[in-house]
Amino acid sequence: MKHLVKAATAGFDEKNDVLVTVEPIAAGIEVELTSKVMRQYGEHIKEFITATVKEAGFDGVKVIAADKAAWDYTIKARVLGALERGSK
Amino acid sequence: MSKFEEAKKRLSRSMMFVPGNTPKMINSADIHGADSIMFDIEDSIPVTEKDTARLLTAEALKTLDFKGETVVRINHPTQTPYGYDDLDVIVPAKPDLIRLPKTEDVSEVEIVAKKIEEVEKANGWEEGTINIIVAIESVKGLYNVREICHGPRVVAIALGAEDYRADLRTTKNKPAVELLFARQTILHAAREAGIRVIDTVFSDVKDPQGFREEVEFIKALGFDGKSCIHPSQIKIIHDVFTPDAKEIAHSVKVLNSYADALRNNKGVIAVDGKMIDGPIVVRAQRVVDKARAAGIKVELEEGAEYDVK
Amino acid sequence: MLNKAGRDIPMNLPCLEGREVYQGEFALATNARRAGRPVRATRPGENKVVASIDEAIEKAGLKDGMSISFHHHFRNGDYVMKLVMERIHEKGIKDLTILSSSLAPCHEFLIDYIKDGTVTAIETSGLRDALGKFLSTNPGVLKRPVVIRSHGGRARAVSCGEAHIDVAFLGVPTCDPRGNATGMMGKAACGALGYAMVDAHFADKTVLITDNLVDYVYPYSIPQTDVDYVVEVEAIGDPAGIASGAIGITKNPVQLKIAELAAEFLDQADIIKEGFSFQLGAGGAPLAVAKFIGQKLKEKEVVGGFGVGGATGVLVGMLEDGLIKAIYDTQTFDTTAAASLHDNPNHIEMSASMYADPWTDCMTNYLDVVFLGATEVDVNFNVNCMTDSNGILMGASGGHSDTAAGAKVTVITCPLIRGRLPMIRENVQTVITPGTSVDVIVTERGLAINPNRQDLIEKFKDSNLPIYTIEELQKMAYDRVGKPQDVEVSDKDEDVVAIVEYRDGSIIDVVRKPLL
Repeated sequence: MKHLVKAATAGFDEKNDVLVTVEPIAAGIEVELTSKVMRQYGEHIKEFITATVKEAGFDGVKVIAADKAAWDYTIKARVLGALERGSK
Repeated sequence: MSKFEEAKKRLSRSMMFVPGNTPKMINSADIHGADSIMFDIEDSIPVTEKDTARLLTAEALKTLDFKGETVVRINHPTQTPYGYDDLDVIVPAKPDLIRLPKTEDVSEVEIVAKKIEEVEKANGWEEGTINIIVAIESVKGLYNVREICHGPRVVAIALGAEDYRADLRTTKNKPAVELLFARQTILHAAREAGIRVIDTVFSDVKDPQGFREEVEFIKALGFDGKSCIHPSQIKIIHDVFTPDAKEIAHSVKVLNSYADALRNNKGVIAVDGKMIDGPIVVRAQRVVDKARAAGIKVELEEGAEYDVK
Repeated sequence: MLNKAGRDIPMNLPCLEGREVYQGEFALATNARRAGRPVRATRPGENKVVASIDEAIEKAGLKDGMSISFHHHFRNGDYVMKLVMERIHEKGIKDLTILSSSLAPCHEFLIDYIKDGTVTAIETSGLRDALGKFLSTNPGVLKRPVVIRSHGGRARAVSCGEAHIDVAFLGVPTCDPRGNATGMMGKAACGALGYAMVDAHFADKTVLITDNLVDYVYPYSIPQTDVDYVVEVEAIGDPAGIASGAIGITKNPVQLKIAELAAEFLDQADIIKEGFSFQLGAGGAPLAVAKFIGQKLKEKEVVGGFGVGGATGVLVGMLEDGLIKAIYDTQTFDTTAAASLHDNPNHIEMSASMYADPWTDCMTNYLDVVFLGATEVDVNFNVNCMTDSNGILMGASGGHSDTAAGAKVTVITCPLIRGRLPMIRENVQTVITPGTSVDVIVTERGLAINPNRQDLIEKFKDSNLPIYTIEELQKMAYDRVGKPQDVEVSDKDEDVVAIVEYRDGSIIDVVRKPLL
């Protein structure tokens, strides 16, 4: 199981992008989401972020995502980017 | 035809540059009908975002089913500290081509080819699933261009004019006399190696007329296509590279007559008073292929399709 | 009760008593007669010019419970409604119905007058921003749901007396003391006055409000015979909000791609020929199509018939280049077009009735093709241009259903995906134009032809255009962004916030409060 050594951010505050911040917490995976498409995709995005963190082998992560209608591949890339940055 | 051979022959009129860290542009990258889409994680990405750009481009390639050939321009593996990481992340995402910028020596091509081979084998992908386009952007690269064109996995070559101009200690001219030697040298090397050859970008998107003239010029030189930075340029490129109705009609006549001559053991044949021989038949078939690629319906008599290889 | 557009209409609502549900574009017969206003005899020496809006309100006899009308030619630059409503509020008149041809973001102030009971009903084509949001989320704040009408539907309702106007308060950019008025000149010049013309003619009392009172006006859009009072004020509108300098052609590559495909479709459908007539919506893609039509007319060396506005400089350019013979204009969108209306005899002003009223001889019936935008469409080709993806009223019915019903070919341009939201839905949130009026939907990734147009499908059988079924297009979007969850709306009768009239007055849909 991998853990963060520090908080980190990836992505941009731009249309179709998502600004993702990851912070180390004691255990588990928490997701805090704001999104332009909350009502249509909110539940899906939260589950997708959790799954991405798990699949990357991390635990003890809080994800704060400010979404401006990013597609799934972008969300995944930004989450992975933030995790990578927070691991170094 | 092997995948490698097939990749050398793909239609290659337009190669559109798309910044590899901009989701909005990636999302609609393939709607404009470019033959190749080149995601850039090199020069358009600042050093602080190299890591996120390669991840974004890789995830896009894994997830979205792009129409057209996909190309990723990576950072140079020996000239920069990012190239190897780029290869590690991008190659498994299975683009059609890796673009190696600022190629100066065939040994650099070998580094990329080795990584591709590893990943292809590990995933059980057919050999030649991923290939290489090299870009010549320096005098040194130009002097080694023949060997580079014969490098492993190389299916196409492009000219990158900005760095090359700087290397020559010249500037942009209109017309671009400073590029003539490079264009022709690269073109000859590519033809000798049997690979595609694509011209450099034309950066003034507000000058469609100037752009069209340049496309006409490089088409006359013999290039297969041109790089572009704006969707509006694609239509112009395709326009120039698409044969017109007269050209198509003539080519159909040539191919049909040639097939008829073969069938009936006729000797010398002529169309519209001109003798038909091998190169003319090949050229006619290329015209028909290009027209079809542009979405034009061209029908030939049975048996009149000519195998250009 | 399910109507012909497949929408369940709660006909038990009190406001729908005696109304018909939508039964098809031309299904309803009518034996209605034109409405008439009371005769107003005038005597020598009378003066129509009154000193203030207060005096006009008093002389017009405005009372609690009446209906007052406004036009939307000043768009987001309108001062008139606020000037009038402030005085009405001051006088303590209550329970008014606002019958505006449309409402813009600048009419947000109505929220306060709704809250205090000055305004208790609204009938309009469009609702935007704060007012739209307020009305979508506060059912019961008005005494009955908002009535949404198309431009042609409103002209019809007013002309036949279904929508009765007690007093029309109409801003006019230039006017003479007898009430001859035009929109072509003045500080607040807006071009055509097509919506105001209908109201002036049918209202019991017509009050003109101007900031440019001159001795004589010709040509006039509103004649003195339709006018009761004239008021001069400091300013009736903000020119910057009334007309954009010149509406340009979009630079957005996605919009341009859609326009390119739409234009290709038009070309291959063989529609562009001598005398062909068309209307273009004001959106980015439709306007870009205009440029292409111009090029094609030139190439083919043929001259089109008439073009219909929202007139813009793009259309005017075509008229001036001799590519079309006339522009029919009910509402002018930019300053170039306003100048053209004044200067060019072939740029012809028309009333909303002449434009689109289904119960008269309207120009929309003569259209060969119309290009329209959409907020969203569905697999049955129904179009919504009224509510957003969260179910909030934020658009306008406009001339959408009028032109779609009249034109031989109706082309809808709509991006396949906005942000992350797929724009081809299973069911649109609100039906404004029924799918039976729509022939082709063009997106940046391809076109879908309505299966009820087998003739077009046959024609495009061998086309090189990216033609798909609507379901295939929808799947392309879902493959990229996934299927969205439906926005839930209240199913309670008391949570109906608006009813949508089809142009013939039947009920095509209702808008329900979204559950936030």
